[in-house]
Amino acid sequence: MAAVANMPVSDLLKSFKLKTKQQELLIRVSILCLVYILAFITRLFSVLRYESMIHEFDPYFNYRTTLYLTQNGFYDFWNWFDYESWYPLGRIVGGTLYPGLMVTAALIYRILHFLRFAVHIREVCVLTAPFFASNTTLVAYFFGKEIWDTGAGLVAAILIAVCPGYISRSVAGSYDNEGVAIFALLFTFYLFVKAVNTGSLAWSLASAFGYFYMVSAWGGYVFIINLIPLYVLVLLITGRYSMRLYVAYNCMYVLGMLLAMQIRFVGFQHVQSGEHMAAMGVFFLMQVFYFLDWVKHMLSDTKLFQAFLRITVTCAVAVGTIALGLGMLSGYISPWTGRFYSLLDPTYAKDHIPIIASVSEHQPTAWSSFMFDFHILLFLFPAGLYFCFKRLSDATIFIVMYGLTSMYFAGVMVRLILVATPAVCLISAIAVSATVKNLTVLLRSKNKGVQTGSTKGSSSSKASSKALLDQSQPFQKNGAIALLFGAFYLLSKYATHCTWVTSEAYSSPSIVLAARGAHGSRVIFDDYREAYFWLRQNTPPDAKVMSWWDYGYQITAMGNRTVIVDNNTWNNTHIATVGRAMSSYEDEAIEIMRSLDVDYVLVVFGGVTGYSSDDINKFLWMVRIGGGVFPVIKEPDYLVNGEYRVDKGAAPKMLNCLMYKLCYYRFGEMLTEYGKPPGYDRARGVEIGNKDIKLEHLEEAFTTSNWIVRIYKVKPPNNRW
Amino acid sequence: MAREKSSKDNAQALFHSLRSAYAATPVNLKIIDLYVGFAIFTALIQVVYMASVGSFPFNSFLSGVLSCVGTAVLAVCLRIQVNKENKEFKDLPPERAFADFVLCNLVLHLVIMNFLG
Repeated sequence: MAAVANMPVSDLLKSFKLKTKQQELLIRVSILCLVYILAFITRLFSVLRYESMIHEFDPYFNYRTTLYLTQNGFYDFWNWFDYESWYPLGRIVGGTLYPGLMVTAALIYRILHFLRFAVHIREVCVLTAPFFASNTTLVAYFFGKEIWDTGAGLVAAILIAVCPGYISRSVAGSYDNEGVAIFALLFTFYLFVKAVNTGSLAWSLASAFGYFYMVSAWGGYVFIINLIPLYVLVLLITGRYSMRLYVAYNCMYVLGMLLAMQIRFVGFQHVQSGEHMAAMGVFFLMQVFYFLDWVKHMLSDTKLFQAFLRITVTCAVAVGTIALGLGMLSGYISPWTGRFYSLLDPTYAKDHIPIIASVSEHQPTAWSSFMFDFHILLFLFPAGLYFCFKRLSDATIFIVMYGLTSMYFAGVMVRLILVATPAVCLISAIAVSATVKNLTVLLRSKNKGVQTGSTKGSSSSKASSKALLDQSQPFQKNGAIALLFGAFYLLSKYATHCTWVTSEAYSSPSIVLAARGAHGSRVIFDDYREAYFWLRQNTPPDAKVMSWWDYGYQITAMGNRTVIVDNNTWNNTHIATVGRAMSSYEDEAIEIMRSLDVDYVLVVFGGVTGYSSDDINKFLWMVRIGGGVFPVIKEPDYLVNGEYRVDKGAAPKMLNCLMYKLCYYRFGEMLTEYGKPPGYDRARGVEIGNKDIKLEHLEEAFTTSNWIVRIYKVKPPNNRW
Repeated sequence: MAREKSSKDNAQALFHSLRSAYAATPVNLKIIDLYVGFAIFTALIQVVYMASVGSFPFNSFLSGVLSCVGTAVLAVCLRIQVNKENKEFKDLPPERAFADFVLCNLVLHLVIMNFLG
């Protein structure tokens, strides 16, 4: 025993000593594990502060469909006709959604139940996005390894784990398509670049499956099906084409297109829509191009080949233009839809499609948003582009194109910063990794130089070169250390910023509001859920609720009642009808409401709490959308000198329209703030103009404790004598 | 007259040199070329049929044409990978190339069968 105790520590350590390669592997694996866990836990702020619930509006629809899927099975889900929304039209849910997210969550739920973890589907839904964010970091590592080297891969994984641009749409509770779609996007791109690098049919097949998953998950797949043909075109033009490119693109295109057409929502768009024609065009171009290449290889005489080339090219171009022209003129190939056309022409939506223009996420991006979401990545991005151009290969050309196109789109629409985030993280990772690598090489080379100088004998030339090296080396070493410290300082600032942004800006559930009370204590407003549960428990099961389309998904998911319009916004006229009802006088509105069988009206009002996303602030959009279909609603009627007011100087139509009455009913007697008169609207900061409101055809059914949600019942018509 | 004759001569010379160059390719590549030609021919027949009787149901037409085009394209990829003259693929054993070809065709036809309707 004493002998064992006497065993020196150094022997013990020697038994653990690993070779350098194994040490490196251990470091890499442990870094990846830590990054995986970090990506997951940094998204859990709202679960820890509030509770595990679904955020915002769209995720409630996804949650409801996932619930339906787990309860009724895939066949019923795929063929589901929902009669509880868009009354009286209904909605063909099976054919109008992207099933990827729901099927993924249901699969995870089934696996967990199979392993005897009895979790509720809501918990699975809440935590799906962080789980896939962690998987994205792994894909980013492999992608970085493919483009540059393992160091860049590790930095890319770390950067994308905390980048606010990605966190904004993938926090716990944000159960939306983007949470899964960004993983699918990066995965597809990685598999395609791997296929181009190896030229293997197996990798191309994998990338076709990745594309299929992306198509099933998000409408943004159009970006993939346009970027990859563009990339192929660039490679063809710059002369970097090879046989591997042919194998990769063709297999991916044909199989990917076929798989994508299995999703009913996408349908035949791959052969009929203008947005997908680029891929088909490049497909045919490739066939012609490689055929000519093959013929050139077979023919030894160049003159004959020139003749053949001329004939073939003219034929191909003629056939192609005729086919395209016929298709577009006859309307068979539909032009670019409004949603994507507004990306190419940002002013289009504002003039022609008010619904798209009204969404706050569709506005052009300000520089502050870029800085907020990217921080140091903003200036690391051009540095990374420089490194990519220094070492051009098929893979770096791809990432440069992805970065540039996605940054353009991110500038057009705020929401698309999400698509640019993986590219920015990867390119910045290349910059960071290459810089750090060069600096540490400088640090290490100095040591080696000193050693060789001291051991070897020196001829005069060697002595002079050694002296030169010795002279510049002290500055090099100090400079390298200073730069390395600078780099680490920047990266640590980035991490701090990202965590702060996640905590302050992107972790609010939107359905539960928090504010600071008078003494600094936290006050929680849970009015939305209070109102929806009131609806669920106190109204007849077949009651129909009219509200603005923002709240439709939440009302059907939590209140379990039929709604007139919801967030799907597929029927502009129906929404305009609701907008018209909200902006008309009560007598006209009751006609519209009776024709739609409305039983309850729900409005959101922020005057008591100072909540600024309420219906009075959204009212002008209701007027615009309603006025777009029914010319009887004119926007200038509600404005005074072009100004939107709710106080005494407001337009008379504004003071008497249905929305005003419903929001401010009984508000004239309310004391909201110390020292202000009764009826002081805290969200607008004015005293309201019409305090004496009488309702004739509606009666107040429920107002939540902080007056945020107000529900009114439509009175049945009077008995006839 | 002279120009016509020279262009006709050109065409004939082109045709002859193509023919002689093609005759030099190995037999296994010629078999693959025959398969590709057969698949494209079948696709053309389907398109002509669609043009004469109309395109309903569209998914059946698409699945038929795309199965022919898909298998032709995959066969061309196989030919590229098996061809001894391609330096990029000299490390790839032809058995592996053929296995990939079979796997991709399997996936292609499974999807086609689902899509036929």
